[in-house]
Amino acid sequence: MLKIEDINVYYGNIQALKGISLSINEGEIVTLIGANGAGKSTLLKSISGLLKPKQGKIIYEGDSIGGKAAQSIVKMGISHVPEGRRVFANMTVEENLQLGAYLRKDKAGIKQDMEKVYELFPRLLERLKQQSGTLSGGEQQMLAMGRALMAKPRLLLLDEPSMGLAPLLVKQIFHIIEEINKTGTTILLVEQNANLALSIADRAYVVETGRIVLSGKSEELTASEEIKNAYLGGH
Amino acid sequence: MELIQQLINGVSLGSIYALIALGYTMVYGIVKLINFAHGDVFMVGSFVGFYSITVLDLSFVPALLISMTVCALFGVLIERIAYKPLRNATRIAALITAIGVSLLIEYGFIYVRGAQPEAYPNDVLPTDKFNIFGVSINSQSILIFGVAVVLMIILQIIVHKSKIGKAMRAVSYDADAAKLMGINVDNTISATFAIGSALAGAAGVIFGIYYIKIEPLMGVLPGLKAFVAAVLGGIGIIPGAMVGGLLLGVIEALVSAAGYSLWRDAVAFVVLILILIFMPQGLFGKNKKEKV
Repeated sequence: MLKIEDINVYYGNIQALKGISLSINEGEIVTLIGANGAGKSTLLKSISGLLKPKQGKIIYEGDSIGGKAAQSIVKMGISHVPEGRRVFANMTVEENLQLGAYLRKDKAGIKQDMEKVYELFPRLLERLKQQSGTLSGGEQQMLAMGRALMAKPRLLLLDEPSMGLAPLLVKQIFHIIEEINKTGTTILLVEQNANLALSIADRAYVVETGRIVLSGKSEELTASEEIKNAYLGGH
Repeated sequence: MELIQQLINGVSLGSIYALIALGYTMVYGIVKLINFAHGDVFMVGSFVGFYSITVLDLSFVPALLISMTVCALFGVLIERIAYKPLRNATRIAALITAIGVSLLIEYGFIYVRGAQPEAYPNDVLPTDKFNIFGVSINSQSILIFGVAVVLMIILQIIVHKSKIGKAMRAVSYDADAAKLMGINVDNTISATFAIGSALAGAAGVIFGIYYIKIEPLMGVLPGLKAFVAAVLGGIGIIPGAMVGGLLLGVIEALVSAAGYSLWRDAVAFVVLILILIFMPQGLFGKNKKEKV
């Protein structure tokens, strides 16, 4: 579904991604794990068009999308839930969800998907007319995810959905991620909580200072001594 | 009674400031640029209205609409040519460019048509006077205030209910997040310039009808005062620009009423200085707090 070949991404003169390649198959949950500053968020931003790779290819369903404008990438079915939720705090929950469907014209379909979002996140329905800046962190995460789903994505990019949330809430969010995946949405998950990410992912890539240093099935990585010591808290 | 009459004058003047201030504040809200060429868009609007009335022989409403349309296009043109290439430049570079654009419009306009002033015909709107409780009110003031209010209501509806309005608010809050919704940020910024400039065009026509005399440098002082009004209300906040404009108009009228009409212009800038010292976020601004 998505194939990244050898991309280099820079912030000014600083190279953030150094020849990263990876692939995602339809229906999978793939996770990127790695320390802060390894380049995981940069990779997501390059896929969703917020950053342009200097070299390399990003191929989505056979089309090269590297360097395309963010709005055309959304239109092609990739939605990105950015780090720190980035909900529009000056607007209501409902308006945020409507903005998620900004490019869609099928009113009936939008309404139907709204209902689906309320089913996944009943809390949002309770807070529909509330300014989203007044929501709790967990609710904002739900809103950011619901808003991304309103674009009807086939590939969902999630950046640190667990950040700053209470453990119980994190569990709930991850359960919902699995639910979303079951309805046919492919997921690329960036997460610092490697244990949790590996527990729901099919495959994982380990990113270190802009490079992929390890990849494989989640079970294999969970069992690997190297990963245990570096990312899972060791024994 | 004199006081009430001055207040009515103040409200008329204030609604002109408010219409101009809206353009400043909307543009600032979305690209964080004080568009100093905005006062000149107001001037161009006034002249377009003048020629529509005198040359094309149109009445008030069509002249107003033509002026708003021309100014909307003009505003988009300015944005595309002068500001868009500077989107990622420093804010001071954009600000200096805005001042340059302002001077270019003023003196380009003089070069093309000359510096001579024009006078709006005084029969564009009915000028009946009527008395309410001993206060004589000019029907023009009422109409001007009415037009300004209608435009502001339409603006509020656009900003809060329409798709482009929601896109404008989204981009002004967080441009990258807006991109992730599929919003075309460049088009949204152009739309903001178009709407703000159209309001300035309307203000130009109203100004001409109310004050009769127009000339190519007429945009400088109202432009600066509208900027003060926008800061007074809280720059970037739409209702703030409306209230700030009206308030500034009323303050000026009261200063005149108190017999210090020569100090009128100075007072507007004293207001700016006081606001910047004591309440830099403006009347409607609040200190943002982030939530994790």
